[in-house]
Formats: sequence, structure tokens, C-alpha cells
Amino acid sequence: MAESVRGALDDAGLTIKDVNGLCTTGIGMSGMGIVGFCDYLNLTPNFVDSTSIGGSSFVAHTAHAAAAIHAGLCDVCVVVYGSTAASSRFAIGTGGAVGMMSGDPCDQYEQPFGPTTVGAYAMIAQRHMHDYGTTSEQLAEVAVTMRLHASMNPVAKYREPITVQDVLASRIISSPLHLLDCCIISDGGGALVITSAERARDLKKKPVYILGAGETVRHAARGKRDFLEIAAAQSGQLAFERAGVAHKDIDMAMIYDSFTITVLATLENLGFCKRGEGGAFVSGGRLRYDGDFPINTDGGGLSSNHPGMRGIFLVIEAAKQLRGECGPRQVKDCKIALAHGTGGALGTRHSGATLILSNQ
Amino acid sequence: MAEQTQAKKYAKPLPHLDEESRPWWEALQRHELYIQKCRECGDTRYYPRALCTNCMSANTEWVKCSGRGKVYTFTATYQNQTPGFRESLPYIMAYVELDEGVKMLTNLVDCAPEQVKIDMPVEVVYEDVTPEVTLAKFRPAR
Repeated sequence: MAESVRGALDDAGLTIKDVNGLCTTGIGMSGMGIVGFCDYLNLTPNFVDSTSIGGSSFVAHTAHAAAAIHAGLCDVCVVVYGSTAASSRFAIGTGGAVGMMSGDPCDQYEQPFGPTTVGAYAMIAQRHMHDYGTTSEQLAEVAVTMRLHASMNPVAKYREPITVQDVLASRIISSPLHLLDCCIISDGGGALVITSAERARDLKKKPVYILGAGETVRHAARGKRDFLEIAAAQSGQLAFERAGVAHKDIDMAMIYDSFTITVLATLENLGFCKRGEGGAFVSGGRLRYDGDFPINTDGGGLSSNHPGMRGIFLVIEAAKQLRGECGPRQVKDCKIALAHGTGGALGTRHSGATLILSNQ
Repeated sequence: MAEQTQAKKYAKPLPHLDEESRPWWEALQRHELYIQKCRECGDTRYYPRALCTNCMSANTEWVKCSGRGKVYTFTATYQNQTPGFRESLPYIMAYVELDEGVKMLTNLVDCAPEQVKIDMPVEVVYEDVTPEVTLAKFRPAR
């Protein structure tokens, strides 16, 4: 994490002495982990935010940092995440953290029945297939595209191309999701530096501007939820309204891809296609870096990295695309990008955080 | 003695009964399934809470359920490392929409994964997993 902070500050042309805001949370951290991280880096910031809403946390942190700077609470805020999820052998999707009874009131009504993260997403996929005829082949296209992008990213973990048949032939983890419908588990870390537009003007790199943001949660809604309506419907609408841009203005998107179904449900709920049309929308190479609607050009959580939570990498890749730093996987004329993080599980309860960014 | 052996062997997570949840779990012990209904605004809710989420009233009625419903969605889980579950793979997790209008997370039993269909009618079965705890699971309606 400290190395990520150093890298981001070097990139911006700032030093640790300039930092007076910090946002972080983590899967291995204690509830007060942010204070421990300040201890490690010997920081005494004027603003701290440890909002912990799952993988989307760092997308939300980015918006919170911008709001804090706008409100005068700090000047330079670092958002950081890191974990050794793979080396530590965390069973993120199929046991471990989700399989434990916490003090949350909902847990005693769910944990006795064996919910896993994969299982909770699988139930969304099952219902989507039932209602709209979505197929495993369509979901597999998402995984195939992410692997293509990973093959063009030298730091991606899995870079060997795969086919739709490979996805369908991989074993079922929780029906209807196969192994290759699920994100990988990797180590990894990343950091962002957020500051005011004025301060950014004379820094080392051309800045990326935050145009708008939104966040919310969805849950079982006292037993009455429409499970195919997800947090992205609300957070996305808020972000678009606040940014003052339209869907057609988005040149590329970073969509949290914990599972292939996450991408499909998120694109529908953000309004890039109608509900039920996600299967057709993700087909035919549309999501490729050179397609009509490029997403997750780094290879996503499905192939590049997923160190337990991935929100930070959504914002990092979107910023790189807007700066034209993506080499062979660069999206042409990329001026406005969207990043959407999903935290938790679509099938039980989750958070959603949307950011819209621009290089102008 | 037999009961103690069973309790010792049961490795899956068990609920922490508290003031809010105890009446619901005690009803399950009697093999009865309830949801809550607000006496002020009539809103029904699951899981049990001290207050109505619609109007915040604490004036609550317990409504006895028919035990019938249909499958809203489901998944057959083939991988779960958690003790208790790793020995019972594959198992079927589902949201069942009760006739009373709320969706409950549960397990489907007495059927194979390939037999399950969304909208399939199901009925409650009470599984006494420990002397204190009974779980409401569902099977295809007979």
C-alpha cells in the first residue's frame, strides 16, 4: 500500500508532505485500519474516510475526497488499497468472510443456508436467464473480452486467451456460474491522488477531472426486492445528473466485474441498454477496446487482478485511458469515462458507486 | 444423549437469538412460520424487526404463514469451503416467495438441482438442526 502511495505521488509530482487527506479500507484491515495505516506512514491528515462498502469503496472514496477538498477539509487526498488476497489464500467467493456469522441483524436469517458470494450473484443470473432468456454463452462473452484485454496488459495475472467454449467447459461453482464466470483472486494494490483543479493545473501530469458521482445501496428490502434492480440504477442516475453528461457521451467504462452477470446487470441498470437486453448488448465484441462500448480495458477482475476488492483499479484504468497511457489497448479519442463499483453481493445486499471522469 | 451428539456434529452457522428474533425462532421450534405485519400501516416484513420500516411503528402483529410459496430464484452451490457446507455439496439455495408476499432466503431440499425451476410451487419443511434451532427449508409442493 505504501508503495502504491509513493507511485501515485511520484506520478502526480507531489510528496508525502503534501498529503493531508487519506481514504482507505481493506479486507485484511481491522475496523480502525485507517488509523493503523496513518501510523505506518506517519501521517496526521486533516481528513480521513474509511467508508467500507465492499469493492466499490474506493470509487466512493474518490467522490468523498473530491467533496472534502471542495468543502475545504483537505487539499491533497490519497485514496489507497492493497491486499495479498492470493498469497494469503483468502476464499473470497466460496467461503471465509461470507460464511461467518457477524453481528449484523440479517445474518442469522441467511448464514444457516450457506450463502457464498458466488451463490448470491448466481441467483441474479438465474433469474435474469428465466425472465429474459439470457444465455451462458452471452455471459461467457464478457469473460472472453476481459481475457483479450488482459492479454494486452503486461501486469494482468491471466493473459492466455480463452473462448466461449472454455468458459462453458469450466466447472460450475454455483449454477449457472462457471469458474470462468468468476473473478480471479490476486494480490495487488493501487492509489490515487485527488486534489483541486487549481492545484492540479501545474502538477507533473495532465489531470483527470471528476464530473459527477453517485452512490447507494440495495438489499432485501424487507423481503420485497425486485432483485434485478441494483444499486447502479440510482448511483448511475445521480452521477449522470451531477456530471451533466448523457450516456452517448461516455467513451469507455470501467464496470466492476466480480462475475460476468455483474457486468450485464450493471450495464442495464446504468441505462446503457434496457432491462433484459444486457445479454444481446454484451455480445458481438461490443465491449472490446476497439468495440462500440469498450469496458475494463485492463482485463478486469475476471482476468487482470482482484485482490479482494477492486474499486481502486476501476478509477486508475479510467484515468489512464483519459490520459492516453494505455498503449495497445488504448480507446481512441477517449474524453469521458465512467467507473462503477459494486460492493457486496447483488443477490443479498450490495453498494454501488459511480464516477464520471473527463480529461477536459 | 442422541440430541447432544447431533448438536455437537452440526457444523453450519447457527443464529444468535436476540430480543427481536427470539419469537420467530421459537415459533419455528413449534414448526410454525410467521412474518410480521404493522398494525398501524399494514406493511408486511421479513426478516423480523422491532419497528415497521414503512412508518416506524413498533405496534406489530405476527402473521402465521401457510408455508406455501414459489421459487423466485435459486442456485446449486458446488463449492463452499465453510465447515458444514463443504460436506453437503451440492446444496440448493433459493429465495422462496411466500404466498404472504415476502421473499425468504432458504434451502430447497428433497429435490435434485436439475429438478428446480423458477416459479415452482414449494412448501415448508421444518429441520430441527439442534435442540434450540429449527430451520425453515422448502421442498417441491406435494
